[in-house]
Amino acid sequence: MALTLMEGNEAIARGAVAAGCRFFAGYPITPATTILNHMLAMLPPLGGVCIQGEDEIASIGLCLGASMAGMKVLTATSGPGISLYSEQISFAVGSEIPIVIVDIQRLGPSTGSATRGADGDVNFLRWGNSGGMPVIVLAPADVADCYTLTVHAFNLAEQYRCPVFVASNKEIAMTRETVELEHLNAPPIIERTPAAIRPHLPFQTAAGEQVPGFLPIGGQTLVRQTSSTHGPDGYITTEPSEIARMLDRMKQKVEGAVERFSFVEHVPAEGADTLILAYGVTARAAGAAARMLVRQGRPVSLLVLKTLWPVPEAAIRRAVGDVKRVVVVEMNLGQYVHEIERVLPGRVVSFCGRMDGKLIAPETILEAVTHG
Amino acid sequence: MDSLLNEARPPVFCPGCSHERITHTLDKAFRQMGLTGERICMVSDIGCSGLFDTFFHTHALHGLHGRALTYAAGLKLARPELTVVVTMGDGGQGIGGAHLLAACRRNLNLTLLVLNNFNFGMTGGQYSATTPPGAAVGSGFLNQLERPLDVCEVAKAAGAPYGVRCSAYRNDLPDVIQRAIEFKGFAVVDIWGICPGRFSKRNRLTPKAIEESVGRLAPAEGLIAANQRREFGEHYRELAAAQRAVPPPLAVTPRFAPVSAVRQEVLLLGSAGQRILTAGELLCLAGLYAGLKATQKNDYDITVLRGPSISELVLSPEAIGYTGMSQPTVVVALGPEGVARRRKIFETLTAASVVIQAAGVEIPAGAARIHRVDFKAQGFKPQDWALASLGVLAKLNVVIRPEMLEAALAARLKGEVLSGALDTVRRVAPGDWAAA
Repeated sequence: MALTLMEGNEAIARGAVAAGCRFFAGYPITPATTILNHMLAMLPPLGGVCIQGEDEIASIGLCLGASMAGMKVLTATSGPGISLYSEQISFAVGSEIPIVIVDIQRLGPSTGSATRGADGDVNFLRWGNSGGMPVIVLAPADVADCYTLTVHAFNLAEQYRCPVFVASNKEIAMTRETVELEHLNAPPIIERTPAAIRPHLPFQTAAGEQVPGFLPIGGQTLVRQTSSTHGPDGYITTEPSEIARMLDRMKQKVEGAVERFSFVEHVPAEGADTLILAYGVTARAAGAAARMLVRQGRPVSLLVLKTLWPVPEAAIRRAVGDVKRVVVVEMNLGQYVHEIERVLPGRVVSFCGRMDGKLIAPETILEAVTHG
Repeated sequence: MDSLLNEARPPVFCPGCSHERITHTLDKAFRQMGLTGERICMVSDIGCSGLFDTFFHTHALHGLHGRALTYAAGLKLARPELTVVVTMGDGGQGIGGAHLLAACRRNLNLTLLVLNNFNFGMTGGQYSATTPPGAAVGSGFLNQLERPLDVCEVAKAAGAPYGVRCSAYRNDLPDVIQRAIEFKGFAVVDIWGICPGRFSKRNRLTPKAIEESVGRLAPAEGLIAANQRREFGEHYRELAAAQRAVPPPLAVTPRFAPVSAVRQEVLLLGSAGQRILTAGELLCLAGLYAGLKATQKNDYDITVLRGPSISELVLSPEAIGYTGMSQPTVVVALGPEGVARRRKIFETLTAASVVIQAAGVEIPAGAARIHRVDFKAQGFKPQDWALASLGVLAKLNVVIRPEMLEAALAARLKGEVLSGALDTVRRVAPGDWAAA
């Protein structure tokens, strides 16, 4: 047993490098800056590139250029930076550019509190692109998750050619904790699939596939990339049926695949009539509360979501089973709870939240379950 | 060399647009240079200049308004061998001004062609960053209020090593563009042209008038002597190759028995500059040497050497869920700012909790057992009080033991710093329990 003390941001940087990321661009912002610091220490000696952009818009733009050249790319910021990323995120969504974007959430709105945690961006990440197309959002609960989910995020970005968010929180990012590095459960590395069809059309999918094969800009075959509404050839189209096919495919490739990356932890309790549902750092207090309740003779089940978007609906329904009541705990004023209400019509769904820079304590959750 | 123009997609500009002329000129420059399409990437953004990527048989990346230089930089850093040509209008130059400045300062080997026609053609002729105040444009009187920006002067001031200001009607424009592409560094070509669809409908502008206007300004004809320096990409790769690989993270193999079999919480309250966070990390490492799980959650202001510095530490033989403080085993009060920020916790403490109180630091009343240590009288400087307080805990066998702490110090520190730290934790006198 070898124990290492590590903060979440370092684990994200190490996970990215392990996943094959060799390009990082970012702009300093608390509490995400230490990812930039770690990538700057790690990438250059590996022959990789780490750049501090002139602003957030440039940082993600640098990443999109490098991704189109064939590199695995990462950027990291906090809520104010996600705001500035927004138009480039839309570009990555609509033009199928693989990228992993880390959001170390801090207390908002706006510049808010740089050194206070919150999970206030979870709906923003989902809905912060023009066009409202689906995105993938993974949420770590601890430092080990930061490593593992970052590797998953790269695999998903490469596999589905889309932006993938890691929605962390100051409370994980800048909190050091014990990890056993040799026991971290990282999946095998997945690379983007090279396009096989000739002549090459940059957005043409092979029969039965929903993700176009990739060729890099700068290779022997000419590649076109565009932020405008395009057909399979990468040129602007105004043909409604072609537009509809393209956008349906982009929606379906992500939403239709969520069962393959529905990362959840379900801790059922025998005879439980209530399930606590949580994500992020709050899931840890929720786990502590569930254990306290079981010890008090009041069995309560626990469901921790590590895939937030697309909503892992089937996994949620399976875990909830015939439980009568679901208590959704979030470090915000009520966001994801509305997805749970949508997924579980007719079920009692109650909310326990807090957004003042303080962690939600196990006792608060216990109280919400018992008397809420 | 064959033309790189895309025969299937001929230019679609308004009749008389200088952009069309520049399209053919750029193709001529490519042919003169003997470049084939796969060696070039055209990067463009929004507006009429954003149509350029479709006219060429080259790699192409068309993105958001004003952001073309950001993608171009990423492409060039990833593929240094690629010839990257960026087209941008005066509109894109305005909205992406920060990126132009950064590109000039960075000096990556890119070529920027500013297709400057003094207005937003595509959206109805609104004023841009280069519209003269006397022009009649689609923005009412607004352009009368702002001074137009000289792209070359700005580029020069921002450090661009190469800048050309010229007319789209200049006869040797293919050579001008070729020289800019061949320049090893960031090259800006500000090409003044006519927008017949919008601008010249209401403003008399001829090729001759453009030549005269350009001629009245200080010449910008290429190399800017004062800004010559190394190209960014090559320089980056040289410096990057000299960086040393990061050592693997410290991995601790436990070798001591823990003090307690239950969760222990320690709250360090001090002032910035007291090395509170380092002491917190050392306490966690000490726990790791006893096979414990640990978490360290810090709280401090963004200012350095001013304000509170707080570290919340949990050591436990079991996985740690909640990382906050519920019932601290120990509160260490070393500085008034930290104590002030966590005042409320003192009244929740019971007799099961210990407070290590540095002499001279006031603490609110509570039920905890107080242990007073006069660090100052023992000759410790305030920046060593946090470390010394770990020595106190170890000597009292509270949360940690001396051998755990010394192993943590040896793992984290080296040389004289280590011997100084060992001296501190060995030398500190643990002080006295305050009378109940």
